Amino acid sequence: MSVEILNVSKSFGDTHAVQDVSLTIEQGEIFALLGGSGCGKTTLLRMLAGFESPDSGDVRINGESILALPPFHRHVNMMFQSYALFPHMTVEKNIAFGPAQDGLSKQEIAERVDEVLELVQMERYRKRKPAQLSGGQQQRIALARSLAKKPSLLLLDEPMAALDKKLRMRMQLELVSIVEQVGVTCIIVTHDQEEAMTMSNRIAIMDAGRIRQVGTPQEIYEYPNSRMTAEFVGSINLLPATVTACAESTTLQLKDAASTVVCRDTRAREGEAYLVAIRPEKVALSTEDEAAGPNCLRGVIDDIAYLGSHSVVHVRLENGKIMQAHMSNVSRDARTQIDFEQPVTLSWEPESVLLISEDD
Amino acid sequence: MKLTKIMLGFGFAFLYFPLVILVIYSFNESRLVTVWSEFSVKWYFELFKDEQLINGFLLSLRIASLTACASVVFGTMASYILVKFGRFPGQTIFSGLTVAPLVMPDVITGLSLLLLFVGLNELIGWPSARGATTIWIAHVTFCIAFVTVVVSSRLREMDGSLEEAAMDLGAGPVKVFFYITLPIIMPAIMSGWLLAFTLSLDDLVIASFVSGPGASTLPMVIYSSVRLGVSPKINALATIFVVCILISSTASWWLANRFSPASGGTGKTT
Ligand SMILES: Nc1ncnc2c1ncn2[C@@H]1O[C@H](COP(=O)(O)OP(=O)(O)O)[C@@H](O)[C@H]1O
Ligand SMILES: [Mg+2]
Repeated sequence: MSVEILNVSKSFGDTHAVQDVSLTIEQGEIFALLGGSGCGKTTLLRMLAGFESPDSGDVRINGESILALPPFHRHVNMMFQSYALFPHMTVEKNIAFGPAQDGLSKQEIAERVDEVLELVQMERYRKRKPAQLSGGQQQRIALARSLAKKPSLLLLDEPMAALDKKLRMRMQLELVSIVEQVGVTCIIVTHDQEEAMTMSNRIAIMDAGRIRQVGTPQEIYEYPNSRMTAEFVGSINLLPATVTACAESTTLQLKDAASTVVCRDTRAREGEAYLVAIRPEKVALSTEDEAAGPNCLRGVIDDIAYLGSHSVVHVRLENGKIMQAHMSNVSRDARTQIDFEQPVTLSWEPESVLLISEDD
Repeated sequence: MKLTKIMLGFGFAFLYFPLVILVIYSFNESRLVTVWSEFSVKWYFELFKDEQLINGFLLSLRIASLTACASVVFGTMASYILVKFGRFPGQTIFSGLTVAPLVMPDVITGLSLLLLFVGLNELIGWPSARGATTIWIAHVTFCIAFVTVVVSSRLREMDGSLEEAAMDLGAGPVKVFFYITLPIIMPAIMSGWLLAFTLSLDDLVIASFVSGPGASTLPMVIYSSVRLGVSPKINALATIFVVCILISSTASWWLANRFSPASGGTGKTT
């Protein structure tokens, strides 16, 4: 049951909420739409559910366009950000509401309710009203309700937004395991990159109504295709540079620094300007004054953020720019071995370097 | 702090002292309304023997309950259109016209309705006589405004995604309204009903304009009898009225509170 979104656009007045978005989502896939607030994620989701109609483009499930169908005839169910549990109905009635609209018999409806309640492990709360449940419990009921109709496509709008951080981590994994158990194709909207990476098979990065990159969490993190995606997911060091030589490896001269960078990226042509992108955890920090060479920069420690498992070290380079490096706290006294204003050398492997075009 | 409490005390005394006096004097034995002799409930018995008063009372009750029912239906429809249909041409005028009777002086409402009924009679021969029906229509026109205010504020604070969720789960618009929207705004509708009921029961001015011979509501009966001299029966009647209004307004306040989202909307008293 693949879902195809073809060149979909939607504007509200002069706001271009969604612009020319095309995506294909495979059967059983958990797909995340990741992007900052106001980038059009919810609008895209609402077009799939049928609450908004696109200005142009098409949405197909199993090759058939669903655009002509009103929300109540689509085999698509949505879990709302606010959960939208009916306050005047018990948990049981809430879940039975969907199946009852399909004209199932009492017996079948009761079976469905039992089935999904068991799935989310909430059998004990079936007679309660939503207001008598905690946030996490309400979320499970909302999930159960949206699964009760056995939809072809499940939509989750910011599913964790209303939960506190600790519960959020647990529910992320639990929700994924439930969705996988059911095998339903699922689109999750989120602005939280960790959530997107934890929960999904593939991620689409959205910005200002457009899709910027689609890929597995690893592809997105290790091979960002633009400055925007590189900066949006995780943190990254970006150093402007110009290509000076290209053979089996590419050599670049850093702007306002004497050092050169060597990398394995062979798309580059001589004279072109790029941003050299290196993730902080791929930068090695050394207190010894190593011999200067390619992929090596000197500086002094500007700031240290001790995070327990690792420390984020901000190094002020000779040209005044700040570069980040992660230092793994393997030994207990790792933090005390470095100090502010201490001279250090930063180095990295040619394989860790990614070149990103300047323009955008 | 202390001063404000004293001020508050005076304020309440000013508002409710006359009412308390009235209740006390309804149990007065004397024929004179202002002179206390001894405790008695005889005026309550007298009251129930007065056919004119009883008839007025029954007519008022009938008009008030019919008014409440009709205004709730129209008021809810108006609120739904105002809140849910987004912006439509003439929305501002529509919402203005809906709530205008809130601030319209009764005399003007009454007079204009009287002119309407007279004009209609000449034009299409209906209503041939003014009476209970015309009072009912008049009351409905101004009670709709109050119901609309109460119901639309509740509709506005209702989470719109509830209706979308119901639609998402396969319910068409009509089902969504009756299974989701209506039960959720029902407390507001009920307090709107009680409000309309109280307003209709209470109205003298508009009813006097649009009433005809033979149809005298309770306030009209009281008003005309008071002009011939106040009988202690009226005190007794007023006491009964105060009690009724107290009960119905407490009920509407309680309904509004019990189901408000702030208290979780569970309907569970804690
Ligand atoms: N019903 C609407 N009317 C007008 N503008 C809207 C409406 N819905 C969304 N928008 C606008 O479209 C843009 C995208 O909104 P949305 O899809 O909700 O973003 P996200 O969910 O990514 O935060 C925003 O600029 C928002 O203001
Ligand atoms: Mg959103």
